[in-house]
Amino acid sequence: MDFARAHILVCGGTGCTSSGSQKIIDTLHEELAAHGLDKEIKVIRTGCFGLCALGPIMVVYPEGAFYSMVKPEDIKEIVEEHLLKGRIVTRLLYEETVSDGSAETKSLNDVDFYKKQMRIALRNCGVIDPENIEEYIGVDGYAALGKVLTSMTPEEVIEVVKASGLRGRGGAGFPTGMKWMFTARADGSNGKYVACNADEGDPGAFMDRSVLEGDPHAIIEAMAIAAYAVGADQGYIYIRAEYPIAVSRLRIAIDQAREYGLLGKNIFGTDFCFDLDIRLGAGAFVCGEETALMTSIEGHRGEPRPRPPFPANKGLWQKPTLLNNVETYANIPQIINNGAEWFNKIGTEKSKGTKVFALGGKIKNTGLVEVPMGTTLREIVEEIGGGIPNGKKFKAAQTGGPSGGCIPAELLDIEIDYDSLMSIGSMMGSGGLIVMDEDTCMVDIAKFFLEFTVDESCGKCSPCRIGTKRMLEILEKITSGRGEMEDIDRLEELAENIKQSALCGLGQTAPNPVLSTLRYFRNEYIAHVRDKRCPAGVCKALMAYTIDPEKCKGCSICAKQCPVGAISGEIKSPFVIDREKCIKCGVCMEKCPFKAISNK
Amino acid sequence: MKEQVYVAFSGTKEQEAELRKVIEKYKNTDGALIPVLHEAQDIYGYLPEEVQQIISDELHIPMAEIYGVITFYTQFSLKPKGKYKISVCLGTACYVKGSGNILDRIKAKLGISETECTEDGKFSLDATRCIGACGLAPVMTINDDVYGKLMPEDVDDILAKY
Repeated sequence: MDFARAHILVCGGTGCTSSGSQKIIDTLHEELAAHGLDKEIKVIRTGCFGLCALGPIMVVYPEGAFYSMVKPEDIKEIVEEHLLKGRIVTRLLYEETVSDGSAETKSLNDVDFYKKQMRIALRNCGVIDPENIEEYIGVDGYAALGKVLTSMTPEEVIEVVKASGLRGRGGAGFPTGMKWMFTARADGSNGKYVACNADEGDPGAFMDRSVLEGDPHAIIEAMAIAAYAVGADQGYIYIRAEYPIAVSRLRIAIDQAREYGLLGKNIFGTDFCFDLDIRLGAGAFVCGEETALMTSIEGHRGEPRPRPPFPANKGLWQKPTLLNNVETYANIPQIINNGAEWFNKIGTEKSKGTKVFALGGKIKNTGLVEVPMGTTLREIVEEIGGGIPNGKKFKAAQTGGPSGGCIPAELLDIEIDYDSLMSIGSMMGSGGLIVMDEDTCMVDIAKFFLEFTVDESCGKCSPCRIGTKRMLEILEKITSGRGEMEDIDRLEELAENIKQSALCGLGQTAPNPVLSTLRYFRNEYIAHVRDKRCPAGVCKALMAYTIDPEKCKGCSICAKQCPVGAISGEIKSPFVIDREKCIKCGVCMEKCPFKAISNK
Repeated sequence: MKEQVYVAFSGTKEQEAELRKVIEKYKNTDGALIPVLHEAQDIYGYLPEEVQQIISDELHIPMAEIYGVITFYTQFSLKPKGKYKISVCLGTACYVKGSGNILDRIKAKLGISETECTEDGKFSLDATRCIGACGLAPVMTINDDVYGKLMPEDVDDILAKY
């Protein structure tokens, strides 16, 4: 084995790859070779560090120097100064890690973004090379599988998972141990399957992708443990085709596991045999629903089936099937290694462990965070997320994607777990957490999610196929300024009916974005309907551009930019906009140097 | 409904040989249709009727069912795509950061709507679901190139590169 005096970890997650980390790695290799350092310094491409907004990210060990937003042209300086002469290039460090007035850099664990986090599912992301099974084994990888196969009965494994209190991370929060028990008890004389739901279709959610990109072996190990516990010998991972990096790393990981005898026949010298296959999704959101996912693996249109029978009894090809989400599986090896009590101590009374959130939207530190259940929304948004940029005000946080709801500012102190989110009309969902500021229109957001569900409804049941379409039409009527007060009541009634009568989870939860915005932001709906006004200035039909005479200096820039000549006035006195002529293109507002024009 | 422009099938013998190899590989796999369609689309760029017919004959799956599966999944296309495939992310994170305006700008610039292709076959445009690069919102991709933190005025310069 080679020893290196320094390790450079470069993030190779989708976020950093998109901002050019492959070029960074290539340049590093060139520069290291040019300085004859390529033998003593090792460059490793890891999974996601979480701080996607600051990508590309690279960390140099042993110092732990955290360089952010690295450009290829910076590499020469880092190699020559830091790696050759041992002087950290402070200018390029993530500013939060630089202590004031001292040459020392702060440990990452002291940085606000990481301080409150607790990494279980993301434990190895940004730490190991996901394409090298030995690095995974080096951090106790496959130890849990070894322990299970050589010293535990399937019943004991299920008992541990049950005692840990782990609940499904895909969103609904069903107790994982129970699911395992039901599948184990089902008659498997004709075969049994385990499956992994990696069809992360929630817009704005990328937790599962990051786990698969950063730590694919953890999922393989967990699925093998699950297969042993329930008595299956074949597994499927159903993953979105939109995640090419995750798919390729998973393929590499499966091949390596087979090569090392960790998949295949007689694993760890026991009688246990298990193998895995990947199935690619093809861009249908409904396939994240468990029965639709299985129909899709079988090669058909991904339409859901009524439950019961549940997959634990009749799943893939009518055989008992255990289906868990990626993040759920990612917790399993840790639970086996550290024990149920360890896991049980983390979190709240009814929600144990941690949850990974994809933090996005109007927030400073967009990225991936993992926090213990029970962390407040305020801690996530303000401390970890760094608050709202540009001095804007927090308006709402959306969790649960198209199935969830918007949480208003007055509920920021809520401790996040499955039950608390449900009680306020949202849901945990898979973990997307989108922050919205005062410039986001809540009616428009409800419309955005409805457009999504209308588009993604599979069409099998009428409440979802027709009902969501009717809801969308009402929302379009409201945002275009033709709404009547009765429409709000109609919307509410329709929403309740769809919730009661739709076939699957997609339809049953589709009205949630509308219901939760109606609950907390009803005034905005009323403003759209009664006052024909969009308070956030988003809905085009309701925009009214005006010039504030107090702020206007009469410079005439707006009048010159207006494409339809709707603005007039005399130099050095306030200008006015002719509403009749105005086409609401927004150019005047963009160009005004004094911010005198508003559209609200 | 918009009028469908028929594009003459121009598959080559090599492509067909490749397709038959793919079918052979999956023939005895349970649920073979979707993996076969994925690889067939990689070979041809889209899934014309002629290709569906070969798959139907070989896998013994009726044409109607194949058509049903193709039209169910948004990633499968019955129409050829442009040389450069533009995808604008309309995931929530991108949407709240204004990706709708980016899409409008591209539509105006190229004179095409979503799922359409420019007449010269150079660009095709799609609005996609989240590609998972939410840290860079709003995001668009052109083939494998990713452009993040976009402003509508960036669009012209980016398109000019192709």
